[in-house]
Amino acid sequence: MLITVINVISAVFIIVGLFFIVVGTIGLLRLPDFYSRMHATGKCDTLGVGLTIIGLIIYNGFNFISVKLLFLVVFIFVANPVATHAIARAAYKVGLQPWRRQ
Amino acid sequence: MKEEDVIIRTVIRLMIPFIQIFGLYVIFHGGSGPGGGFQGGVILAASMILYVMAFGVTEGRRKLTEKTNMIMRSTGVLIFSGIGLLAIIFGGKYLDYGAVPLPFVHDVVKVRELLIDGGVEVGIGITVMAVMVTIFLEFYPGGTSDD
Repeated sequence: MLITVINVISAVFIIVGLFFIVVGTIGLLRLPDFYSRMHATGKCDTLGVGLTIIGLIIYNGFNFISVKLLFLVVFIFVANPVATHAIARAAYKVGLQPWRRQ
Repeated sequence: MKEEDVIIRTVIRLMIPFIQIFGLYVIFHGGSGPGGGFQGGVILAASMILYVMAFGVTEGRRKLTEKTNMIMRSTGVLIFSGIGLLAIIFGGKYLDYGAVPLPFVHDVVKVRELLIDGGVEVGIGITVMAVMVTIFLEFYPGGTSDD
């Protein structure tokens, strides 16, 4: 009974994470220019991968591997937005103009 | 080159110790799992490259000078070949780590594992890290010692 509850909780986390990844991918494919694609993928991928790994932690239970996964989640939550910021800032400094409706 | 803005600098300063600990973990984990001296050395070098990209090349040169880099490049090779020569001295073949008598450890397989994990991989890691940083700085604008 307990195993099933843990399975359901982790499945919910993984499905929500995959939903965010799908939204980010649709944004990457459909949005018009560099900055808005960055906006879509930066946040959605961070949250999607983070929630997926949290689901895996819950599924795995508490042992050494889940501690490693927890470090991975923290690292992604810190590093991914900063990398997005750095790339967008580099594009802005080079002089890439944001998209406007003609 | 100018240094990056405050967000990038703060987060990189926060992340570099963790990256280096992960590099050391990969180095010492080499004999018994995925990883090893080459991979760990590259991860250590990546932390240094991140530092140079965020804080500028002069600041990076202050942390790891050309002289220290040269000494590290040669020290790694010295450790690696020195352990190999140690095996000759104790009566084995070159790089035959099992021949080296360690105190408190008498099993040949365990001796070999300890020397590969704690000696040879560390030497490889030091050399790979120094060479990677050197290659990066040679291609970085303003990174060579000539200008």
